[in-house]
Amino acid sequence: MVRIFGPLVGLFFAAALFWCFGNGAVQYLTAPAAKTAESLFHKHPHEDFKLASDGVFGRFDRAQLQRGFAVYQQVCSNCHGLKYVSFRDLKDLGYSDPEVKAIAKQWANKAPTLDEKTGDKATRDNLPADHFPAVYYAGQGNPPDLSLITKARHGGAAYVYSLLTGYSDQPAKLLKRFPDAKTPNGLYYNPYFANLNLAMPAPLTSDGQVTYSDGTKATVPQMAKDVSAFLTWTAEPKLEKRKQVGLAVVLYLLAATALAYMAYRNVWAGKKH
Amino acid sequence: MSFPWAQEYKPSHPFMQYLDEKLPLPRFVYNAVGAGYPVPRNLNYFWNFGVLAGFCLVLQIVTGIILAMHYAGDAKLAFASTEHIMRDVNFGWMLRYMHANGASAFFVVIYAHIFRGFYFSSYKAPREMIWLIGVAIFLAMMATAFMGYVLPWGQMSFWGAQVITGLFSAVPLVGESLHTWLLGGFSPDNATLNRFFSLHFLLPFVIAALIILHIWALHIPGSSNPTGVDVKTESDTVPFHPYYTAKDGFGLGVFLIIYTSVVFFAPDQLGHPDNYIPANPLQTPAHIVPEWYFWPFYAILRAFTFDFLFIPAKLMGVLAMFSAILCWFFLPWLDTSPVRSGHYRPLFRKFFWALVVDAAILGYCGGSPAEEPFVMISQLAAMYYFLHFLVILPIVSSIEKPEPLPFSITEAVLGKDDKAVLTPHHAPAPSAA
Repeated sequence: MVRIFGPLVGLFFAAALFWCFGNGAVQYLTAPAAKTAESLFHKHPHEDFKLASDGVFGRFDRAQLQRGFAVYQQVCSNCHGLKYVSFRDLKDLGYSDPEVKAIAKQWANKAPTLDEKTGDKATRDNLPADHFPAVYYAGQGNPPDLSLITKARHGGAAYVYSLLTGYSDQPAKLLKRFPDAKTPNGLYYNPYFANLNLAMPAPLTSDGQVTYSDGTKATVPQMAKDVSAFLTWTAEPKLEKRKQVGLAVVLYLLAATALAYMAYRNVWAGKKH
Repeated sequence: MSFPWAQEYKPSHPFMQYLDEKLPLPRFVYNAVGAGYPVPRNLNYFWNFGVLAGFCLVLQIVTGIILAMHYAGDAKLAFASTEHIMRDVNFGWMLRYMHANGASAFFVVIYAHIFRGFYFSSYKAPREMIWLIGVAIFLAMMATAFMGYVLPWGQMSFWGAQVITGLFSAVPLVGESLHTWLLGGFSPDNATLNRFFSLHFLLPFVIAALIILHIWALHIPGSSNPTGVDVKTESDTVPFHPYYTAKDGFGLGVFLIIYTSVVFFAPDQLGHPDNYIPANPLQTPAHIVPEWYFWPFYAILRAFTFDFLFIPAKLMGVLAMFSAILCWFFLPWLDTSPVRSGHYRPLFRKFFWALVVDAAILGYCGGSPAEEPFVMISQLAAMYYFLHFLVILPIVSSIEKPEPLPFSITEAVLGKDDKAVLTPHHAPAPSAA
């Protein structure tokens, strides 16, 4: 039975697939999918972008994270929240308890409160235990939360860096080939963004826009790189711990497996197999 | 249930003797994976994967139970609770990475185990039942993995759930009602997430029970071996312990090195970035792709782009995707060659490697966007897939002239088998030649 029905079922599926293949091929040859501006002008993130936290032995560069936090604080936080990160987490970056307390207290975007008895809404200063508050943009949609942005995009930190430094005028070639693809008013051209136009204007525009306390020159690429490093940390504060534990685990397993191999050879010694 | 020369469990300590009398659990273990189970002496490293699969299941259950202590099965909280695990739970990041990559490791191991079965025809008599239970385990694993991927409630979780549960709406007449009933609503939401969490917790224990049946069925004929020749004499076998416990121990070490390298140094490599974006029912991702281990079947699903003989393309895709696995159930009766091992089947061997390449192509296409040329390639690859199992295998097994088999495992290993000369009546049965 199986040897009669089996081949019949097989031939049925093969015929159906051949039918789909033939129809698809005809369609592909007679009406090939038109090229779009996105498919031709979208750029992939810089592949040579490197951070101190990359690689098996990668460690965060604390000074860079602090600079990146300054960029976030002075620029990004006007529109973007970090809802999975709390102020106390900043101690990881090398800030002391009083410093973290001060940063939380002075944070411009205050923590919302609700008086349960009266229903009154108010705000209060942030505390170290609070998460970075969300920013609301009534009517415009909320800008995405940045806590996980380097994990949530192909290319990770390199994508963030490329996007921040990638704003440009629309290439003449694009407009010539796709006259309808002119960047609409209120959007900004950036080839690293999936559909080439995004609502965020270039946030880093001039050197020295952010004040660095460690004397590093705040050029646009420097600020973009620092904030990408900072957002790598917000996406995975446990990255260093992970790599440290990983090294110990893999080294231990290498030794244990060498022993297991010797035990295996020992047990099988003299037994051909 | 075993070979006559199997060593017998003889407890020496009075307590073990007492226990053996009242509850012979140590005897059971001894006969299952101890010195009481004689195993062919010539097993190669592909025979490690059964033990590794068992290890993966235990790993998934242990990490999963701890994760469930911190996870919130609520559509409003699931994503944040996953991040809570990653950030605030002690070593929560490690547990979650172990669990997420453990699923991938489990599938790597199980695919190696299944293709071992294909090459050495492990599905043939007298081992059909082991194979049938194995395919059932694979189906249960797929369901478990799919529902587990939904739990973090990221974009890919949500839209993956949307696509896969949407398949049930292709069922004629009752499809829409069935779909709504399965989801507990019109689109994936809290009810869906909760039932998936519940089932994701339940199914691994069903798998564990099926594995017990799988091993029970295995112990009746005993393990197969790379020559495919039946065990004849004691010199063909070695006791499982210490020989294969030692070999499996080494295999487990190699597996763990690779697995932990991924867990600690590339934990997000196998996942999709979109799943770090919280689920948003109003925003469809550009490309909805499942996890890599479903890609070959996803490619088959998407290969049906046109209605065929009044059957809607969607229904054809669903039927084909399920048939792609269901046809494995019939392998013992589709492949009728009396020779088991691919080592001695020159024609079969060529088609086996074609299947390996074909599965890789299907996987690549399944992970790519549903655009040309991937759709056309996956149509051709899916065509070969069905022809391989349902048409080519029956034909090959009837026209192929197998190469001569060794008389016994001992002869295959040592080049001669003294017993063979002494007992000529042990000549191989026609069915094994």
